[in-house]
Amino acid sequence: MTDPALQMTGVRKVYGSGDQEVVALDCDELTIAEDEIVALVGPSGSGKTTLCSIAGGLLQATEGTVEVGGRDITELSASELTDFRRTAVGFVFQTVNLVPFLTARENLLVVDELGGRRSRNGAKAKERADQLLDELGLTDRAGNLSSELSGGQRQRVAIGRALMNDPALVLFDEPTSALDSKLGDQVVKLIRDEMKSRGTAAIIVTHDDRITHYADRTVHIEDGRITD
Amino acid sequence: MKLALRELRRRPGRFLAATAVLTVLAVLLMFLGGLLDGLLAGATGAYRAQPADAIVYSTNARESLVRSRIEAPIRDAVEGVDGVAEVGGLGSIQLGARPGSDPDARELISTALLGYEMAPRGLPDEPPGEGQVIADTTLKADDIEVGDTLLLGPARTEVEVVGFVEDTNYAGQTALWASLDTWRSVTEANRPDRVFADDAVAALVVRIDGDASSITEAIDEATEGATDTLTLDAAIEALPGVSQQRSTFNQIIGVTTVIALVVVGLFFALITVERTALYGILKAIGGSSRTLFGGVLLQAVLLALIASALATAAAVALASVIPPGTLPFVVTGQRILTSVVLMVVAAMVGCAFSLRRVLRIDPAAAIGTAS
Ligand SMILES: Nc1ncnc2c1ncn2[C@@H]1O[C@H](COP(=O)(O)OP(=O)(O)OP(=O)(O)O)[C@@H](O)[C@H]1O
Ligand SMILES: [Mg+2]
Repeated sequence: MTDPALQMTGVRKVYGSGDQEVVALDCDELTIAEDEIVALVGPSGSGKTTLCSIAGGLLQATEGTVEVGGRDITELSASELTDFRRTAVGFVFQTVNLVPFLTARENLLVVDELGGRRSRNGAKAKERADQLLDELGLTDRAGNLSSELSGGQRQRVAIGRALMNDPALVLFDEPTSALDSKLGDQVVKLIRDEMKSRGTAAIIVTHDDRITHYADRTVHIEDGRITD
Repeated sequence: MKLALRELRRRPGRFLAATAVLTVLAVLLMFLGGLLDGLLAGATGAYRAQPADAIVYSTNARESLVRSRIEAPIRDAVEGVDGVAEVGGLGSIQLGARPGSDPDARELISTALLGYEMAPRGLPDEPPGEGQVIADTTLKADDIEVGDTLLLGPARTEVEVVGFVEDTNYAGQTALWASLDTWRSVTEANRPDRVFADDAVAALVVRIDGDASSITEAIDEATEGATDTLTLDAAIEALPGVSQQRSTFNQIIGVTTVIALVVVGLFFALITVERTALYGILKAIGGSSRTLFGGVLLQAVLLALIASALATAAAVALASVIPPGTLPFVVTGQRILTSVVLMVVAAMVGCAFSLRRVLRIDPAAAIGTAS
């Protein structure tokens, strides 16, 4: 048995203080297995983004412990978290968020370039980018600037970028909300195929019930609490 | 880093305006600097050419050749000082000159006739004969050639130009180098109030063996305070207009540098605001503030270097089209380098104002609704 992709224990995130206090997340226990795809569903403001942000090292929890792929990230410093995000998790955001003046291929390579001289993979990263572009059906668009790509193609590039660092866990925050339902369906299917072929764990935040069909498990969240 | 370079290459348009403004400022820096260098060169050439370490004025001269007068006994005292290796007399008179070929010319050429004993750089050890001068090359701008004559001052004393020497002007006036005897007779003819005896000179140039500053003091002691001796460097700095011109120009150059700094500062502050979302995402996927700010810095320095390169080309072109002797503008490697360094430093300091903003960008803002 290998380490779970995500293990959250007693995690709380509280914004503000006193009368203004907002408990954005209050999660006693959440475990995601090494190759599990979890759909995270809940109403607006229920804490889905907060949960993803904490799991991905974008936010520090107010209390509790977070382990990703067996590594405890609770006590990491800001710069250690930056390294952690670059090397251990992948993010796909709701809005278009590619670097506009880079090509599809260069948008994947950005992950490697951000690492600075010491941790660069160079040729290996290029090989990996080409392979991912091929799997995502983007080989013939690899040299196009992201402004020349369609919405669905951009989201596929974003998925490729999230997989560049061979992450233990990929976090999708409403990856299809900017796409029409047919395209959204395709993208989610692609996400599932990519995750399953690699055995990578994922959390997919969604409002869309149809997406939950593609997940191994659906987790509901309300007012920051996981309800089942 | 690659990201920053690619942005410059793929979106040159958004950097165009800033680069254009920086180029204009860099041209201004180099132009002002070149003008200052030209003015200073024209003011100090006669002294810089001296093969001496110190200059001895009379005390009442207030460190100026124009008012100074050294009589023979004083000269003897100076020559007797330990450490004084060689002493030469120097005479000077500033006069308006007309070309001999055009005796009624309305435009006078400003000249300084300088009599010498110890040959300055580029001049023969034996000064030209009576009534002959070796002129600074700037006189060529007035169409004077070897063999031509000049009529000096109100007395229209005739002298013949027998040669040229470079970079020896005095106080912005064209230097005419002559023997002390020629200088004395020209002075006598034009300034009857300032006649020098055969063994008197305006000032002494002194070559020193040993520590210049202690020996200059020893000279003034030996003459019992009748002289005011300056090291050559101090004498150059004390030449009329030198320090004033330097400080005026350096102030304008300083202001120009500050303007460049503000331009870079505002431009990159604006660009950083525009990039807030992009930087949020890059931070979210593992970019450090250091990497991101490094990109900003790199872009700023590159813009400054591009602007400097264009400005250097402009300055060199300008120097080549300005007819010699009209505008005292010179381009030196030293000045170009100083200007480039100023531009680069201004760019770095300017974009440092964006550092705080880059540091403050929250990667969590990139995801969902967290902001
Ligand atoms: N920076 C913040 N400061 C204060 N409160 C915040 C902050 N970020 C989130 N919250 C609050 O925390 C709660 C959970 O927010 P979160 O963004 O996780 O919700 P969500 O489930 O992602 O909602 P949506 O479906 O609309 O994206 C909300 O009540 C929100 O107002
Ligand atoms: Mg959200």
